Amino acid sequence: MNLDFSFLTLKVINNIILTGLIFSIKLTLIAMVLGIILGTFLAMMRLSRFKILSSFALAYVTIIRSIPLVMVILWVFLLIPLFIGRSLGTEYSAIITFTLFEAAFYAEIMRAGIQSVKRDQANAGYALGMNYFQCMGYVVLPQAFRNMLPVLLTQTIVLFQDTSLVYAIGAFDLLKGFSIISKNFNRPVEAYILATIVYFIICFSLSYLVKRIQNRVRIVR
Amino acid sequence: MFTLDWSFLSKKVVGSQTYLGWLMTAWETTLTISLFAFIIAFALGFLMGVFRTTQNKYLVLIGNVWTEIFRNIPVLVQIFLWYFVMPKLFPIFSKLPSFALAVIALGLFTSSRISEQVRAGIQSIPTDQRYASLALGLTTYQSYRFVLLPVAFRLVLPPLTSEAMNIIKNSSVAFAVSIAELTMYAIQVQEETARGIEVYLIVTGLYFISAFIVNLLSILIEKSIQIPHFIGGRK
Repeated sequence: MNLDFSFLTLKVINNIILTGLIFSIKLTLIAMVLGIILGTFLAMMRLSRFKILSSFALAYVTIIRSIPLVMVILWVFLLIPLFIGRSLGTEYSAIITFTLFEAAFYAEIMRAGIQSVKRDQANAGYALGMNYFQCMGYVVLPQAFRNMLPVLLTQTIVLFQDTSLVYAIGAFDLLKGFSIISKNFNRPVEAYILATIVYFIICFSLSYLVKRIQNRVRIVR
Repeated sequence: MFTLDWSFLSKKVVGSQTYLGWLMTAWETTLTISLFAFIIAFALGFLMGVFRTTQNKYLVLIGNVWTEIFRNIPVLVQIFLWYFVMPKLFPIFSKLPSFALAVIALGLFTSSRISEQVRAGIQSIPTDQRYASLALGLTTYQSYRFVLLPVAFRLVLPPLTSEAMNIIKNSSVAFAVSIAELTMYAIQVQEETARGIEVYLIVTGLYFISAFIVNLLSILIEKSIQIPHFIGGRK
């Protein structure tokens, strides 16, 4: 069987592949930032001494983590129009889904991060007269972030890979770009070989980068 | 705001099959895909994980390359790769049904994650044990077979049960190649009956039950294989 990549013109790369790639990256970055913020709050709630907060966080994390991501994507896409009366479109729906979904995973990481900071540190903060939020913000969380940085980044690579699942609602991401090429030029073999290579290069380089950062963080400590 | 209406479940789809009957078949498909994929993932993941802990640099290289390849490509892309590309490049795969292709894709994807766990498990065994077995005159194969693997096996099984749950969740991507598993059912029946909430609720519920069953099994397995005085072991 002969492979023919002649469909790969500058126009195709610009209009289809880059458009998809930019959305995938945008989705990953927004969901990472919002997910880490939401996840940190969930982790703080989970470790809170108020039972109602910690049970809520536990329930949220457990439920989200036991549903397949594709089902969560479908749920949000179905529920948004029911609640606000109109559709937000696939892209906003995807951003909301990934923020809510990834928050549960980041929450578990941040919980481990907060617990990795010695209790003395928090106690010292309180002894200096800080309140809970000052102590968290100035003493505990900065250390928790640094301890967990490699894990947070690894989770973000998983997040980038998972963005391909917006295929379920037809949002225009990187993978959708290749599937459009596959259909338009009737070249599924070449299109999906390219998709594999592009995803592999991106994820492999990011993993390599995380390994470098991991070594750096280790030296600083 | 809206009332739930479950009557669609008893409606006929084609012939005598109802939506409820189709749902059960879909659930069975999800569990079958997951089971077969887990067997592939476990066998290959274990092998590759062991390779990466040997002293033979070629085996280490094979294990590392394997793991990096299957870990760094999204599972949905791997499904497309097996469904659209492999049968054209290697005609032998064109004889396989799409169900088998999805199983292979899911199995290989998960094998890279299991290989990581197995490698970490074996490396957590004190090196003294490896050296002691070699000092006793065991060959590499024998030291793995009689000393390292029996311990490693019991160490890595508990984390592997979470991979078993992941595989059930990840089997949902098989919808993309039109395999009639739970997620495909959810998408399809939502369109046909317009009872989206009910359909998604029941499908999500079945995923919950599946995860719960795996969780129960894993607790039983963990209890029976626990190593006394070892990491996670009691008494």
